[in-house]
Amino acid sequence: MLYFSRWKVVSILLTVAIVCAFAIPNFFPQQMVQRWPQWAQRHVVLGLDLQGGSHLLMEVDSGAVRKEMLETLRDDVRRVLRESRIGYTGLAIRGNGVEVRPRESADLQQVLSKLRGLAQPVGGLLGGTGQRSLDVSELGNGIIRTELTEPAINERIRHAVDQSIQIIERRVNELGLVEPLIQRQGADRILVQVPGLGDPQRLIDLVGKTAKLTFRLVDTSVSPDQAEQGRLPLDAELVKGSQKEGGHPYVLEKRIMVSGEDLTDAQPGFDQRTGEPIVTFRFNSRGAQLFARATQENVGRPFAIVLDNEVISAPVIREPIIGGSGQISGNFTVEQATDLAILLRAGALPAPLTVVEQRTVGPGLGQDSIEKGKRASYVGSALVILFMLVTYGLFGVFANIAVAVNVAMIFGILSLLNATLTLPGIAGIVLTVGIAVDSNVLIYERIREEVRAGRSPINALDAGFSRALATILDSNITTFIAAAVLFFVGTGPVRGFAVTLGIGIVTTVFTAFTLTRLIVAMWVRWRRPQYVPI
Amino acid sequence: MIFYTDQAGRRRIRLLRIVPDDTKFDFMRFRRISFPLSALMSIVAIVLYFTHGLNFGIDFRGGTLMEIQVKSGQADLAKIRTALAGLELGEFQLQQFGGPADVLVRVAQQPGGEAAQRQAVQKIQAALGEGVEYRRVEVVGPRVSGELLSYGMLGLIFAIVGILIYLWFRFEWQFALGAMIANVHDLVLTIGFMSIAQIDFDLTSIAALLTILGYSLNDTVVIYDRIREMLRRYKRLPMADLLNASVNSTLSRSIITHVTVTLALLALLLFGGTAIHSFTATMMFGVVLVGTYTSIFIAAPMLIYLGVGFGRAEAAAGEAVEPIEAVESAARAPARR
Repeated sequence: MLYFSRWKVVSILLTVAIVCAFAIPNFFPQQMVQRWPQWAQRHVVLGLDLQGGSHLLMEVDSGAVRKEMLETLRDDVRRVLRESRIGYTGLAIRGNGVEVRPRESADLQQVLSKLRGLAQPVGGLLGGTGQRSLDVSELGNGIIRTELTEPAINERIRHAVDQSIQIIERRVNELGLVEPLIQRQGADRILVQVPGLGDPQRLIDLVGKTAKLTFRLVDTSVSPDQAEQGRLPLDAELVKGSQKEGGHPYVLEKRIMVSGEDLTDAQPGFDQRTGEPIVTFRFNSRGAQLFARATQENVGRPFAIVLDNEVISAPVIREPIIGGSGQISGNFTVEQATDLAILLRAGALPAPLTVVEQRTVGPGLGQDSIEKGKRASYVGSALVILFMLVTYGLFGVFANIAVAVNVAMIFGILSLLNATLTLPGIAGIVLTVGIAVDSNVLIYERIREEVRAGRSPINALDAGFSRALATILDSNITTFIAAAVLFFVGTGPVRGFAVTLGIGIVTTVFTAFTLTRLIVAMWVRWRRPQYVPI
Repeated sequence: MIFYTDQAGRRRIRLLRIVPDDTKFDFMRFRRISFPLSALMSIVAIVLYFTHGLNFGIDFRGGTLMEIQVKSGQADLAKIRTALAGLELGEFQLQQFGGPADVLVRVAQQPGGEAAQRQAVQKIQAALGEGVEYRRVEVVGPRVSGELLSYGMLGLIFAIVGILIYLWFRFEWQFALGAMIANVHDLVLTIGFMSIAQIDFDLTSIAALLTILGYSLNDTVVIYDRIREMLRRYKRLPMADLLNASVNSTLSRSIITHVTVTLALLALLLFGGTAIHSFTATMMFGVVLVGTYTSIFIAAPMLIYLGVGFGRAEAAAGEAVEPIEAVESAARAPARR
């Protein structure tokens, strides 16, 4: 156990040196590291709990997606039946499907085949699973049911998540934040992590808003009060006004003049007359045409700018707006105008998002945590190092070298993996310091025993290592299993703990098998001891 | 440090020996005390769990947690309480947390789904005004909290089963079972402790429990390894004596390792700050207090009941263990050099 061939010595030392070297970028300022070659830039990322920041878990409102799909399906069914000039009754949404009853039972077969024609393969033509998006069946009694299939709904939700991720990325990038993380989580969730943002509310507003913008005419045939009493025209609806304008509702036509999809650009600015912050926008050619026609026909009437079912403002059309551009005012602050412009540029989310989990750490607490983590690490390491020295003397020095290398290697591997260091992660490292010496303790205690059993120093060292190593492996694998499970179960800071704990176990076993043994072997060759000083 | 002179007349440093060489404690006799004691404590822990309950944190119960720091440097809990009581947010708790300016605000889950939770945060922020800094705001909605709890529990079960399978491969099944019983006992006691101390039970607690599981097993495995080795070496030694010899010969290691782990945990407990306080406190209890006791007084004697070494004489009290070297000298393999 104490013999090392030359190439083995070299490869052990080289491995240790290389792994430790990966930790180097962490000790230099970020700006300096950025000028290094790409492969040398890997570094430990501080978790949100250490550098401050926001963690948002958002869920796509699958109910809303489903509802929208059903409404589209109902409209499709109506359109198909109308185009084929088939009379029908009782067209309605029930559960996950649409039911309809053709007037003439002779039409039944034709309706069945027409509606089946609406179905499409799920997942597009390529790479589809062979499933159809619709199930058309006859319920008896002359009723035909067209049901959305589960794969079709899931596919649409998946698509909505993908689109939302793109839009959120655009919105967050507009804020100019460093290293935001936006990723899909599970079937219908999106994780947004933004480090170092002081005000989480702004992020939530920016990320969680659907930002569906519509321009609609105000229905002046009834007053809002009359409408609330139930005298609402069929093609109108009641929409509440923004809080800043007093929150009183408006009666708006359901028909949409132009929607936010037809915007090409939006910028924050100031009104030239009042100096009030506003958002200026430009339509694409289709939007410009639609808007021009609508304004020409309705000069003198008020129209409403509606964002997410809330009227921002309702100006009166004084003259036709044909230039394809306009402005939105609504008692904004500068920040609100900026954010609204960002939202309009990035586009609307395909479905509403709900924040299901929000965790924010302010930069002050993060800095405190770093300080405390550092102090605990120094004190913990100092205590352990001192104790090992007092207990094992020279061999304690060996153990302390191994532990120091161990910690350096943990940082090296964390950097290599671009892993996240959290406060529990620091606790994991401190704990590893406590545990890493255990492998040395196991070896040394075994050597003590072998010495007591009457072996010669060299024999005792040899036997001590070979017997202790099996134990070290066995005992560390159990802890590693626990760390691995924790990695898969945990999120955020806890996962950070699992990472450092797991890496710590690997480096501990590695140093016990190689470095500690190598140090002792070199000492034996150098001193030829007659006596084991432990 | 103290020096002494060795046979060759050189001055040497006297090293610290916490455990003297060749201890011969009769640990196995204690099983008549330790088993009923552990059974009793486990029952108490389980009863506590059902009567006292665990102090579920927002990770598992949903709701809002805010860590605030009053900018004036001195938090007035009564004033904050009145400010929040007017908001009709249901149950809420205030707790001095760390310094005099730091307050932890916990608000129970609001009825009305995910959006209602965030409205609660906005109401609180409006009520507390400008004089406070929000150091941490966590909002966990009802759906996520349910999932986190089931994932956490599932994780514990997976870890236990995974380790059981591993031990079964490496040892005989009795060892795997003995280790498992011993360490589930550890977890039960730790949960009892968390119930008494009303430590927040959240995701970090699951991390603490898993770590306790890992390290207690680490300890048990070290002793089991030695028992297995002794079983192969001493074919006729009575089981109780063999177990005693195994525990005694690993005793020094057990104690020293626990000192180092305790030192590391102590540093975390004293200097690591309030954020990981409950985490380290739980770990301290589980790893240091319970883990060691279990490995020595539960896991090792358990093997007698599980039928390891069946056919050997039960404890022949007073009979000395053959000195290792007597057997060693016969079987000593030439050392590789």
